[in-house]
Amino acid sequence: MNIVDMLLTHAPALTIAIPLLGAFLTPLISRVSEKGRNIFAIITVGITALFVFLMASEVLSNGPMTYVFGSTAATVQQSTVIRILFEVDALSIFMAIIGIILSFVAVVYSYAFMEKNTGLDKYYTLLLLMTTGMLGMMLTGDMFNFFVFLEITSIASAALVAFWTNKAKAVEAGFKYIVISTIGALFVLFAIALLYGQYDALNMAKIAQSLGISGFTFIDKIALVLLIAALAMKGGLAPMHMWLPDAYGRAPASISLLLVGATQASLYGLFRIVFTVYGDVISLPSISIGWILVLLGLITMLIGVIMAIIQTDFKRLIGYGAVAELGYMALAVGTGLTIVANADPNITLETAPFAMKAITGGLFHVINDALDIGLLFLVAGAVYYATKETSLNKLGGLARNMKYTTIFFIIGLLAVSGLPPFNGFASKLLIYESTYQLNPILSIVAILSSILLLAIFVKVLHSVFLGPALPKYETVREVPKSMLLAMAVIAGIIIVFGLFPQVIVTNLVEPAANALVNNSGYLQWLTGGF
Amino acid sequence: MIANIPYLAVAGLIIIGLYTLLFKKNLIKMVIGITILESGVNLFLITLGYRMGSVAPIFTGNADNPVMSYPVPQALTLTSIVIGVAVLALMLTLVIHIYRHHGSLHVSKLGGDDQ
Repeated sequence: MNIVDMLLTHAPALTIAIPLLGAFLTPLISRVSEKGRNIFAIITVGITALFVFLMASEVLSNGPMTYVFGSTAATVQQSTVIRILFEVDALSIFMAIIGIILSFVAVVYSYAFMEKNTGLDKYYTLLLLMTTGMLGMMLTGDMFNFFVFLEITSIASAALVAFWTNKAKAVEAGFKYIVISTIGALFVLFAIALLYGQYDALNMAKIAQSLGISGFTFIDKIALVLLIAALAMKGGLAPMHMWLPDAYGRAPASISLLLVGATQASLYGLFRIVFTVYGDVISLPSISIGWILVLLGLITMLIGVIMAIIQTDFKRLIGYGAVAELGYMALAVGTGLTIVANADPNITLETAPFAMKAITGGLFHVINDALDIGLLFLVAGAVYYATKETSLNKLGGLARNMKYTTIFFIIGLLAVSGLPPFNGFASKLLIYESTYQLNPILSIVAILSSILLLAIFVKVLHSVFLGPALPKYETVREVPKSMLLAMAVIAGIIIVFGLFPQVIVTNLVEPAANALVNNSGYLQWLTGGF
Repeated sequence: MIANIPYLAVAGLIIIGLYTLLFKKNLIKMVIGITILESGVNLFLITLGYRMGSVAPIFTGNADNPVMSYPVPQALTLTSIVIGVAVLALMLTLVIHIYRHHGSLHVSKLGGDDQ
């Protein structure tokens, strides 16, 4: 076995192990050299990214990868072996790519952005831990393991939200976030216990199989409700979104970027539970989970944009924009489910017209939202770095001194409001098209939200970057090169995705959508020699 | 009937925890509420693994009572307790910081202007 094959075999474990080990090596390296520590963090995330892309090429060409921690035999003396299993399919790897891109950009951006802060050894440790937790949630195939990674992500991100402890609001946002996360995670654990008590299994594929055999019992319904409520809360869907603008708005900008990834990891958990674990029963006509997701999505979009209009704080405004964007994903995926549930019983998710299109659009929007909102957060961070100000009422005329930042903001603004030729347009068009088939009102609300987003961000562009030069910002200079580089990476990906959406959809998003709606691929290891 | 008492305790603990979170305005009491909620979930896990008249799942070579309770929920509970300690420590740290900023732990005193 040559070295590449060996690395590939162990890639799922190494993707988690490398940032975890790196996290606890960071304080040691920090003793030797501050600069060395920053570069070490960048290298750690870089190596993890290599493993993620290595896995991506394998998964997309050869199907799901399974990695077993513990016994390789599924049963010993007729009893099921309890072990942790990582299962990486096209959807997991799609999310992991988003997560690792965000993490890499965040760590590069932090190099200059956090330079003047103290306690950076803890900052980098927590940042790498958050990356570990996020990737773990995306790769794991075990319910309890999912809960553990959910908690790792929550603890690390709450501590990072409150990183600027000299600001009262940041500490309050951190407290709010940890309280909400913990309640959510405890409900997830309770639901896992219900499922374990019924099926004597913690593995997602195993539970899915048993669930398919037993039908849809009352206890399964309770567990499903708890899981959906908790993960939607962690995923920032209205009306459980109130922690999100606070946490996004008060965290350092690099952490806001990573929080987008953590939120989407929770949404991934929601989709995984609904489509894979409950995959065999969820598309039955009698179950209206699809409509619930559609309604949550609509409320989320409307609340997000309406609240964004009245914000006067730059980062809080983007936080509400992020809430609105999350609504699109729930709307699209819910639409896919509803179309199938309304159709006659012979039609499945793969064959129903427009159902696949809706789900593809929703998943494509996950990556686009991460990039667009992420870029806007980085711009807000750059403005804060240069002026130490986030209030929209006090900023103005910055385009004169910060021309690259302004260009990046314009790219982000056009992408987030879904204008061609940027990536937001590609996914939103898919969403408008497919939701129209279910009910025209849905697509009207979606388009209206996009228009409002455009209006809101044009207002921000005007009040922050345009207008007369303010005397107190005369000495403002452009931000350091590493921050510009981080923004340029995201802006570059946005433009490439916007110009060649078909390439991304065919190679990355459609395999993920297929993996989502068709859980037999995920369950195949049960029969396939493990 | 007697076998259901642990489940009633679980329901009681979870309801007390949620009540505390929803209606108490003191941050420390909210933290206590989360801890009670967590105890409820942990008790539920432990109860799931119990079998009538069983012993702890450790091989001692003593064959008198071969019925053992399930070890997996106990491992899960242990993990959950460890996570709970970390969360509790973080929450209390944040409460200390909030107290330093506002001189109060009452929720209505929080907020206000930044910095």
